[in-house]
Amino acid sequence: MSAEPHYTLYHPRWYRRRVSVWWWLQNRSYAGFVLREITSVFVAFFAVVYLWQLRALAQGPEAYAHFLARLKTPGFLALNGVAFLFVLFHAVTWFNLAPKAMVVRLSGKRVPDWIIAGLNYVAWLALSGAVAWILLPG
Amino acid sequence: MPSTVALTVARYRPEQESEPTFQTYEVPFRKDWVVLDALNHIKDNLDGSLSFRWSCRMGVCGSCGMKVNGTPKLTCAAFLSDHLPGPVRVEPLDYFPVVRDLVVDLTDFMRKLKKVKPWIIRKEERPLGDGEYRQTPDQLDAYTQFSMCINCMLCYSACPIYGLESSFVGPAVIALAQRYNMDSRDQGAAERLEILSGHDGIWQCTFVGECTKVCPKNVDPAGAIQQYKLTGAVHWFKSLLLPWGTR
Repeated sequence: MSAEPHYTLYHPRWYRRRVSVWWWLQNRSYAGFVLREITSVFVAFFAVVYLWQLRALAQGPEAYAHFLARLKTPGFLALNGVAFLFVLFHAVTWFNLAPKAMVVRLSGKRVPDWIIAGLNYVAWLALSGAVAWILLPG
Repeated sequence: MPSTVALTVARYRPEQESEPTFQTYEVPFRKDWVVLDALNHIKDNLDGSLSFRWSCRMGVCGSCGMKVNGTPKLTCAAFLSDHLPGPVRVEPLDYFPVVRDLVVDLTDFMRKLKKVKPWIIRKEERPLGDGEYRQTPDQLDAYTQFSMCINCMLCYSACPIYGLESSFVGPAVIALAQRYNMDSRDQGAAERLEILSGHDGIWQCTFVGECTKVCPKNVDPAGAIQQYKLTGAVHWFKSLLLPWGTR
């Protein structure tokens, strides 16, 4: 808005509010949304760790042992713990939103939301189980 | 039950002040009164200069949308008794320019709505003699939800993306475009694609989901947008793999 706003009967002087930098603290859903968006940073973090692991693996047993020792330091354990919680939040919030994006119709009826979300959770558990079965000894 | 309740109402009188102020009014509390009744009481008995829009008083016209205690609501459906003990804060909808007091200018929405051609488009009209276009209940069901939109703009006021990126076409426009895209009589989906899939369309939406929460008609604009993202992505893949197939 200019310093000297133009105001006549047919050109009303409108007031335009600016969006505050803190808009996302206005209510809980906005804060939850921003938190969900931030989780992507931690998803990327796990991807980077994975790439780092692959690199260490390619460099030989010594480099890999060094990599494993690094992961066991308290700082890394804490960081991994926090990252894991964020990724969990990421997965749960997106699974809960899946029914909004996926409208499946079976014989003319819309499949209820809880079934769509539930199938996502089942697939998640099954895949996690399969990975655990491959990786965990015994 | 209190005998009166305080209403803190946003005032903006452009000939007097350069930015909005708040004015508090004490109105009688009645169990069956909604915020709009209280505003009308103020207008009729306390301060005739207060400006606000309203018409039907029953959630059909979509004129009386305002922010009540920070949440976008139809004031004809916001009971005073749900906002006790007060004061009840009444403000104009966010992100639209305020013309006066609680009145906002909706030109931006109207301009964007027209761009998505919210009417039934036929490649070739059938002659009248051939009768009406028939629909099965299932075909009707596919778009009815989106057709319930009353253009009340609560979803725009709840959408921080629209606040930050004013070029975003917004929730109601996309839901209304889907209302016609999903209509079995319509053949205009390709004409709406450019706007919907373009820079200011669906991809601006980061799925905050508040538009759906505040919608008084259960239109679910957030759902409409996410579903269209799937359509848009499929169309993009097709145009990549079969460039001749999407022409």
